[in-house]
Formats: sequence, C-alpha cells, structure tokens
Amino acid sequence: MAEVVSMEDIEAQAKIFGIDLSSVDLDSITVPPGEDFGIKSDDEEVLQEEDPPEYEAGFGNIIVVDNLPVVPPEKFEKLEGVVRKIYSQIGVIKEGGLWMPVNPETKKTLGYCFIEYSTPQEAELAREKTHGYKLDKSHIFAVNMFDDFEKYMKVPDEWTPAEITPYTPGENLQQWLTDEKARDQFAIRAGTFTEVFWNDARQLMPELVYHRQYWTDSFVQWSPLGTYLATVHRQGAAVWGGATTFNRLMRFAHPQVKLIDFSPGEKYLITYSSHEPSNPRDTHRVVLNIFDVRTGKVMRDFKGNADEFLTGGSGGVSGISWPIFRWGGGRDDKYFARIGKNMISVYETETFTLIDKKSLKVENVMDFSWSPADPILALFVPELGGGNQPARVSLVQIPGKEELRQKNLFSVSDCKMYWQSNGEYLAVKVDRYTKTKKSTYTGFELFRIKERDIPIEVLELDNKNDKIVAFAWEPKGHRFAVIHGDGPRPDVSFYSMKTANNTGRVSKLTTLKAKQANALYWSPAGRFIVLAGLKGFNGQLEFYNVDELETMATGEHFMATDIEWDPTGRYLATSVTSVHEMENGFYIWSFNGKLLYRIPKDHFFQFLWRPRPPSLLSAEKEEEISRNLRKYSKKYEAEDQDVSLQLSEQDRKKRKMLQEEWEGWVSKWKQLHEEERDLRVQLRDGEASDEEEEYEAKEVEVEEVLDVTEEVVAFDLDQE
Amino acid sequence: MRPILMKGHERPLTFLRYNREGDLLFSCAKDHTPTVWFADNGERLGTYRGHNGAVWCCDVSRDSTRLITGSADQTVKLWDVQTGAQLYSFNFDSPARAVEFSVGDKLAVITTDPFMGNPSTIQVKQIAKDSSQQTSESVLTIKGPQGRINRAVWGPLNKTIISGGEDAVLRIWDSETGKLLKEADQESGHQKTITSLSKSADGSHFLTGSLDKTAKLWDARTLTLLKTYASERPVNAVAISPLLDHVVIGGGQEASHVTTTDRRAGKFEAKFFHKILQEEIGGVKGHFGPINSLAFNPDGRSFSSGGEDGYVRLHHFDPDYFNIKM
Repeated sequence: MAEVVSMEDIEAQAKIFGIDLSSVDLDSITVPPGEDFGIKSDDEEVLQEEDPPEYEAGFGNIIVVDNLPVVPPEKFEKLEGVVRKIYSQIGVIKEGGLWMPVNPETKKTLGYCFIEYSTPQEAELAREKTHGYKLDKSHIFAVNMFDDFEKYMKVPDEWTPAEITPYTPGENLQQWLTDEKARDQFAIRAGTFTEVFWNDARQLMPELVYHRQYWTDSFVQWSPLGTYLATVHRQGAAVWGGATTFNRLMRFAHPQVKLIDFSPGEKYLITYSSHEPSNPRDTHRVVLNIFDVRTGKVMRDFKGNADEFLTGGSGGVSGISWPIFRWGGGRDDKYFARIGKNMISVYETETFTLIDKKSLKVENVMDFSWSPADPILALFVPELGGGNQPARVSLVQIPGKEELRQKNLFSVSDCKMYWQSNGEYLAVKVDRYTKTKKSTYTGFELFRIKERDIPIEVLELDNKNDKIVAFAWEPKGHRFAVIHGDGPRPDVSFYSMKTANNTGRVSKLTTLKAKQANALYWSPAGRFIVLAGLKGFNGQLEFYNVDELETMATGEHFMATDIEWDPTGRYLATSVTSVHEMENGFYIWSFNGKLLYRIPKDHFFQFLWRPRPPSLLSAEKEEEISRNLRKYSKKYEAEDQDVSLQLSEQDRKKRKMLQEEWEGWVSKWKQLHEEERDLRVQLRDGEASDEEEEYEAKEVEVEEVLDVTEEVVAFDLDQE
Repeated sequence: MRPILMKGHERPLTFLRYNREGDLLFSCAKDHTPTVWFADNGERLGTYRGHNGAVWCCDVSRDSTRLITGSADQTVKLWDVQTGAQLYSFNFDSPARAVEFSVGDKLAVITTDPFMGNPSTIQVKQIAKDSSQQTSESVLTIKGPQGRINRAVWGPLNKTIISGGEDAVLRIWDSETGKLLKEADQESGHQKTITSLSKSADGSHFLTGSLDKTAKLWDARTLTLLKTYASERPVNAVAISPLLDHVVIGGGQEASHVTTTDRRAGKFEAKFFHKILQEEIGGVKGHFGPINSLAFNPDGRSFSSGGEDGYVRLHHFDPDYFNIKM
C-alpha cells in the first residue's frame, strides 16, 4: 500500500536542501507524468474500480495474422485482396486497418499482417475463426490478438515458485442466520439505491442492514442458499456478503454481462452476454462463462452465435430463454445441461465436459427439465410425421442416460412439466387437440417418481374444457393446486396425491368457485397458499389454509405485480414494481393474511427475500418439534408479549410527549397573539379583533330593479 | 356524510375560499369565471365575469364586500362581492398566481409567474377604500426565487410575507423592505414544488403541501418545522381545521399519469391527519381526478374540496366526526 510520508520527514528533508517550505506553493508543483517518486497514489484503487476507458486507439481490436505467404511487390495487392476478403467476412475492418509490412530492402512482405476491427468482439471472433485457417498446404494461419503478444512477452523464462499466502480466516458468511430474533433479510432496489433490511415484524417495520447507491448497474440477485448477493456491472458480476456488512467477496470479469445464474448449491456462477453484431445480417454473438464462485476462476466458457443457443425445436425468434444451462441433481452441482437441436448436452462439473463425450441425441426434443432432487431429466418430444409418431415424455437417468420411464401421448399440442420440490412427483400438463383439431383441452399425467416402476396416473378436470390458468405443487408436500376456468372468475381446485384412505391414487380435496385469482403462491413450508389476482384483478389476495380447507383472510394490494414468501413461510411480501408508475412500494403480510406494514418507494424495481439454506435438522427431529410445539412456543410468546408491551408503552410516551410539545407551541402562540392584539386592531382601523367579536346572521331581503320599460299600447276603440 | 356536489365550473377547480362568516364559498377554476355559492346548501349565487384566462386564486375581504382574483390573463381584479361588478383591474406582464388581502384589507400580496423572460415576482399593492381612488403602483416588488411562486401569504401583523413555489423552498420576507428574512432548512424542508399553503385560523402556524408527497406544518414566525404528514400521492391542496386538531390534505397523480379505468388508481382522496400525532385518521373519496383545492368552513363543521374533475364537493361532517378519539 501507499507509503506514508509524514510532514515531519518532508520538513527535515527540506531543511537539508535549504528550502523554505512556507515559500513553496505545494499545489503548483506538477509531478512529471509516469513518475511517482516511489509514492503510490491513494487514487489507484479508485481508478482500478472503474474500467479502463475505451480509447478509439486501443489495441484490443487488432489481430496479428502470421504465416502469410511472403510475396514480392507485384503480388502484394493480390495477397492483400485475399486477406481482406477473408477477414471482412467476419467483421468490419477499419479504414486503413489492414497493414502488411514489407521488408524495406527486399520489398517483399514479411509474412504477417495487422488487421484492425471496429470492435474487440469482432477481433476476438476473427481470431477464433481463422486461427488454423488453411490458405494452402504450407500456409496455415496463426492468428493472435495484438495485446496477447505483450502478455506472452512478459512471461519470465525461469520458473519461480508460486507464493503461498498465509491462511487468513474468512468472515462467517452465514452470520445472518444466527440472528437472535430469527428474523429474515430482504433486499430491495428502488431508484439508484439497493438496500438490505431485516424484516422486523414484531416492531412492524424493517430495520436497515446495509445500503448503497449505485450498487449494481442493472439488478441484484441472491445466491440460492442466500450466502451471496450478486450485482451486475458493465465489467462483470460481483458477489457480496459477510458477517456484518456486505463486503465484496469476488469479482467475475465478463464485459457487458446481461444475465447471471447460480448453480443450486451456489458453487458456480454462469454469466451471459450477447453482443450486437456489426453486420446487421449476422446474428448476435453470445458469450457464456462458468465461474467457480469461491475462487473466481473461469471453469469453462462457451462462445458462439445466438442461434446455437436457442433452446429446443421451437426456439423462438426473440432469442434465448434463460437460463440456457439448467442445473440438475439437487444441491451437489454435479450436472448441468442445455438443449440444442435434436440433442441435449449434459455436462458434469468434475471436468466441465460432456458426459461420455457426447450429447444425448433426441430427435426433435422440445423441452426438458431436471428433477429438483435427483439427477433425472424429463424430456418432451412432440408429435412427428403428422401424428404417425406420437409425442412422448420420458425420464432419463444421468449419468447412465438410461430411460427410466416413457409415456406416449396422442394428438398433443403442447406439454409443460412441473416437478414437486422434493422430486417425488412430476406433473405434465398436456394440451390435446379435440377431434376437430380446432380447439384444445387439457389433462395431467402424474408420475410418482419414488415408487417402483414409476406409475403414471391420468387426471382430467371435472370440466375438461376448462383452461388451466396456473398450477403449483405444495413444496415438500403431496398436494397441488390448479386454477382453471375460462371466465373472469376462474375456479381453484386442490388435489392430493395420497389421502389417508387412498394412498395410491390422486383425489380431489375441494374446488373453490369463482375466485379472483390468476396466480398461486404456496408457502415454502406448505399448508398455506395465497391465491392472488395480479394484473387484471388489481391485486386481490386470498390466504387459504389447505389443511383445514378454509379461507383465513382476504386482502388487497392494489396493482400488485410481485408476490414472494419469505423462506420460512412466516411472512409474505407483495410489491408494486416500476412497471406501474404509481403505487410503487411493498407490503408485508403475516402468513395468515394480516397486513403488518407498508413501505412506499418510488421507482421500485426489486424485492428479494434472502434465501435460507435447508434446515440441518433431520425429518424426525422436525416432527418432534412440531409435536411439542407448545413447549417451544412458550418462550417466544413471552418474548412477543414483552415486545408488544414495550411498544404500547413507547407509543403512549411518544403521544404524551407530542401532545406536551404541541401545547408548548400553542401557549406561546396564544401569548404572542394577545400581545399583538392592539396592533391588529389598529391595522383594522379600530375594529375589534377577530375571535372576541360576535356576529349574528340576519336575513336581509334585497330588491333590485333590473329594468323598467314604458311602452305605449295602442288601444283601438273601433274594434268590435 | 353525503356531500353536496356543486357543478358550476366547466374546467378543473383551482382554488376555494370561505368568507369570514362561513356563509359564502368562492371558487376559482380554469374556466375564467370565479363563482360564489351558499356555503350551507351549495346553491349558486353568482359569478364574476371579466377574466380572460384561468383564475388561479382569490381572497375575500373581512367584511365580505370585496373579492380579489388573480388570473392567467395577466390581470388581478377587484370585484364587488354583492353585485359582481368589476371595480378595478391590475395589469401585469405575466400571469398572476396567488393573491391575498392583508389584515385590515389595505394591502394585497400578488405573485406573478415567470413569463417571456420576466422572472417571477411577489408584489404588494395598496388597496384603496374607495375603488375610484385605486392606483396600480406596487408598494413593493420582490424578485429572487426561481420558477413559479405558487403561494404567498401575509405573516402575523402584515410584517412578513411567506412564499413557496417551484423551487421547493419556503421563504419569509420583510413586507416593508422586501428583504429575505428566513429560508426553510433544505434538509427537512420540501424536496419538490410547494403546491399549496394554508394558514391556521389565528395565523400562528401554516401547512404546506408539496409534490414530494408530504405536507408540512410550520411556525409562521420562526419557520420552524413542526410536523410532517406523509402521503402516497403528490399533495396539491391542504387545509387546517379551525375546530379540531385535524389537517386535511388532498392531491393525486397528475392527470397525465392517471389510468382512466379505476378511480382507486389515482387515490383522489382528501386525507385527514391528526395534527399533533401525525397519524392518518381517515379519508373522503369521491373526486374523479386529483384534488386541487381544499378549504375548511371557519366554523370547522364542514369542508369543501375542488377537483380536477370540475366539481366542488361540499361535505358537512357527521356527528361521529366530532367524537373521533385518537
């Protein structure tokens, strides 16, 4: 770090040289550029934070093409033409950006040339595409980035042993879980600020943990277990965390990064960027990096054209669907996969290569999804050959790639897969054509993954023409909820995969008629669900207890756009984000539908609960606790009571104080008002001052003559 | 509480003012014609014709004989309340925004908008007892604040003038010399345009409303911030109850930001707050558009609101209102 030079040293030094320091204007001294006299500037760190300014004359967009033929001046133009033709296909070469040096004596070329592109991305692409290009047998191009030369030149010839930095214990990244009041955190982004709060439901308000302006360039994201908060910047992504405040733990360089995704066990981070091609006919260029979150090392990168990364057969013109790589196999972060044309590529994280060095070939595969708990893939392949080959859904075990179960489906228009969070069940929503092929109807195929041979059950709704609005599994449970119906007030039905007297079959629990709902939000702990009417329904909320099959409460958060349960299932946050101009802010509700507090925030972008890692308690232990809940809850109830007593006491005191303070003001005003009375009377020309003077209402009739007209009326006597 | 709907204006309301006895209600709107109503039953008594632009503000003399109105037609006019006759017209070179009679009705403070290169001004005119002797000279002209000055009122004993406007800063001026005496603290003060200002009955404190979605209560002599009332909407109008420790604030999203489908969307409510505890007591809904003006009857038993929707709604409080316990 910066060497500290004390003022005393300077003065001593000045004495030696016989300089009177007071006569020197220190500000007028300019240090020669590049010379720091051994004193490191404090600004350096700040400068490093910002990215290097992009000069037009930067060398990042220059490549060096080696192994060109050596030609005499007569052929110079021809060779230049050939090179230009090859390289202008890849990107736009700057004017005068192709330079082939010649030997000044022989006038022959030297066998290499420099090409300057308009962007570094194009240069990078050109290097990638033409490195090893065969012009002819003896001329195989060797292409390098100009900047790399410098880098390689610097590599010392002698090996020096790497320095081993002594171990310093890191911060406890899980500190937030040890909160005494067992509160949860959440992050919000509003305006230019990103803030992290404790949700202090007892005090009915959030408590600020940390806030920072311009923390991120586009969005923030918690890692799946809540350890890190990721921010996204122009230069790349960063993760933050720590014991008390949020310190930067790691940076991941990836220029122009747009999207990020953590692996479920938060070991890896995938970053994505796409670059506008300079030639509008070309497709976007996509770069994906997979980082190790803890070391910051790039484990693997993928580069290519955007269309290579379009998912599935349908793809869609709009571009990629995120995440491109989907992680499987629970929290072990062992496998990840992506879909391509007629194949699914499954990679494993030991080597970051394809399993068995080849992709899984599946003709026309449309969609796939991982079981959330096991390395099992579910695939959907649509009908082929005009219905000759049925559509199918199959389950594939990884890494063996063996098919566990397959189901053929006929006259299918679309399929959607929903996994239960423990990977016990898979529901496939199947849209089938009616006989006339003019309309579709929907049914469900329910797979019981954990049972022998994976039995499949078909479920059709009571009215099978009903449109399915939403579907959701109870987390860790056996039940699911469906919103179905066409009208403005659809029905909500609950089903269970097993009931006390019917363990092997799905059975309906109940149907709620005519609900203003279009989205389902199960509590992460199960049992409770919020039926929400977002968008067209203006934010209707119904808190429903599925155990008792009764509505606990209804509420409304007008215009609500987003709903999220806290990771424990105790609280619910509803928010209006800046898709609407007004009403921005969030509400916190208790699980049973009591509105706890409201926070309005202008330009509200994100509300994110900090996730918690799974409980360390075993299932038996958890059950024991829930059996003896009364014993445990006593302590907390007493605490709650204390807090509420304290609050009401505080409230009383505050009110009293406010009242007293106000009375102070009023008496002062009264006094001043009295003192000023004479002056006021004077101002009013002697009229007695306001309040002491009485007046009475009198009814006064006022007649006003608006107009008088006199007219001579001719009277004809001779008439009659 | 069934409101009386008073439909007489064809354009959005801009200002409401009761006379001292509380039997007359004067309303100003963008439709050029200030109107006077019976404050009890909402019957229309008459109009004051002559302005050629939106009328932004008015004030009535203590004896209810004179009305002063400020208009976007660059004039401020004096009217005979009873006959509706125009007594005098002050001409300016920019639209007039705020007007108020002093204690004793011998002076009037007028603000003018910045217009065609002219800066905004606060001007004081002498008001003659006999309108035939009325002159147009200003006794005092104050320049300085940037942007519109939306309200200017007299401080205690006409010694000061309190102003607030687009630059969000409240100022107290010496009404004799025009010297700036005090400025509200930037930190605790309003962050956006001050839209309205309303004095308490005795003039000792006043309430300001701002587009920063708050209303603030200030000491009129020291400019000390006493209270802040937070709303979810920009505040266009404020009023202090002369009877109870209540304040009412109203507003709403700007017309251009409002979806027309749901009247809840704009929350065009007049919200009641406890003046001392700063807690919300309740709201009165009804306007189909932002509330631009609020006024309490001097007896504190009724209040009226004027909206962007062109209606004046006159509310007589139910007996329950007077028993609200906080």
